[in-house]
Amino acid sequence: MTNLVDIRNLSRSFGAVSVLKGIDLQIAPGEFVALLGRSGSGKSTLLRMLAGLDEGTADRLHLPPRRSVVFQEPRLMPWKTVLDNVTLGVDGKTVDERAQQTLDDVGLSHRKHAWPLTLSGGEAQRAALARALVRKPELLLLDEPFASLDALTRLRMHSLVFDLWRKHGPAVLLVTHDVWEAIALADRILVLGDGHFTKEVRVPVSHPRRRSDPELARIEADLLSELGVEPLTV
Amino acid sequence: MSDMPLPLTGADRPINEAVRPSSGRRFLGLGRRLISPLLLLVLWQVLSATGILPARILAGPTDIIAAAQRLIASGELITGLMVSFLRVLAGFSIALVAGVVLALVAGVSRIGDLLIDPPIQMLKAMPFLGLLPLFILWFGIGETPKIGLVAFGAVFPIYLTLLGGIRGVDKKLVEAGRTLGLSNLGIIRHIFIPGALPSLLVGIRYGLSVAWLSLVVGEQINASSGIGQIITYARDFLQTDVIVVCLMVYALMGLVTDGLVRLVEAHALRWRPQVLA
Repeated sequence: MTNLVDIRNLSRSFGAVSVLKGIDLQIAPGEFVALLGRSGSGKSTLLRMLAGLDEGTADRLHLPPRRSVVFQEPRLMPWKTVLDNVTLGVDGKTVDERAQQTLDDVGLSHRKHAWPLTLSGGEAQRAALARALVRKPELLLLDEPFASLDALTRLRMHSLVFDLWRKHGPAVLLVTHDVWEAIALADRILVLGDGHFTKEVRVPVSHPRRRSDPELARIEADLLSELGVEPLTV
Repeated sequence: MSDMPLPLTGADRPINEAVRPSSGRRFLGLGRRLISPLLLLVLWQVLSATGILPARILAGPTDIIAAAQRLIASGELITGLMVSFLRVLAGFSIALVAGVVLALVAGVSRIGDLLIDPPIQMLKAMPFLGLLPLFILWFGIGETPKIGLVAFGAVFPIYLTLLGGIRGVDKKLVEAGRTLGLSNLGIIRHIFIPGALPSLLVGIRYGLSVAWLSLVVGEQINASSGIGQIITYARDFLQTDVIVVCLMVYALMGLVTDGLVRLVEAHALRWRPQVLA
């Protein structure tokens, strides 16, 4: 099967500072990949390049045409209702119908006429997810989308994203600094450090994944030590 | 509509009522503030009636009311008002279109900013009412210099506030718009214009007050119609009562146009929490 994303030797520097140093990245259709890294490791830069918001140099940069992004902030247009935000920039006769359906999927159809500034943090992020999914992306880019949510809302969002991924089937690249989030959701986890991938881990555990699973605990400890964090010993 | 704010629950009510003064107390507060203006009005009437304040300096309140009734009954005031209003409408429309176009070009393109902003900042520094002699030389004494003065005066607040609004639009939203596949025009239409609208509406209100001010000045020069002509005529015949009536009409029209913009504002900015609340 050909890769949906195929990137060879991707580099990006800001002035004298080299953020990405010749990265190779392949993502298969429908694959869920998580990208971990410390602050300033360049993981957001990589995502922004995949989104077409930043430019660098590469030997090969093969990307699917339909890509959607969900950012850390919902970035909804405050002057448009939830429904109008979801349909913004989408053409076609069945747009409204599809938007309704997608809002149903994220559990927000009862708020479709609400103004974004009246939504809670979790609701706003669900609206942003609906806005990304209604475009039927082949690649869904998630840039720390749950980082500003409280812990309980974040857990609910994890299962929502998992269900949406199963239902809509896009390939996903999730940028996060939450190791458990990556383990709970991804097929494959990449660790970015000092401009290149320092580790690649497959997570061969079926869903739903329990935190108590010893295999997952081993992966978590492994990733944490890669990120330079020693787990607490109690 | 389903996007109305939720009604206050029982728990919210006592807090709200404790903070907001009751209508009776507010009326009392307003009544207290009216005491000194009413006293001045009485003093003015007494001074006029006893002849200490002669009518050729300033007519008394009752004379002014009588003059207003006379001017309305003869239809003179309404006709003049329409002429003056149309001048403001024409001049302000020109200012609105020019100001919005210039601010958009300067706001979204770097070259546009470089070409448009410096000359406008220089022109802004000029006392624009002083341009009237030049406008008369260029355009004569007809409608053009009056409308031109209104347009010239009102264009700056519109341009400046809209440009400030465009520059204040969150760049993260623009970025989001790009990832949603919006074209440059789509980004202007869906992000820059609605994002800068709160500022633009402030500029429109300010521009309208400048427009009425410009009209008052412009109409003093050889006005053969409009409120300005009524004032000129009254000045020649020492009718201070008529002059005061006309000044009040100017003030009233300023308030009315401002109120209209506030209505537009309440609808167009209903997405803002402070308007929702």
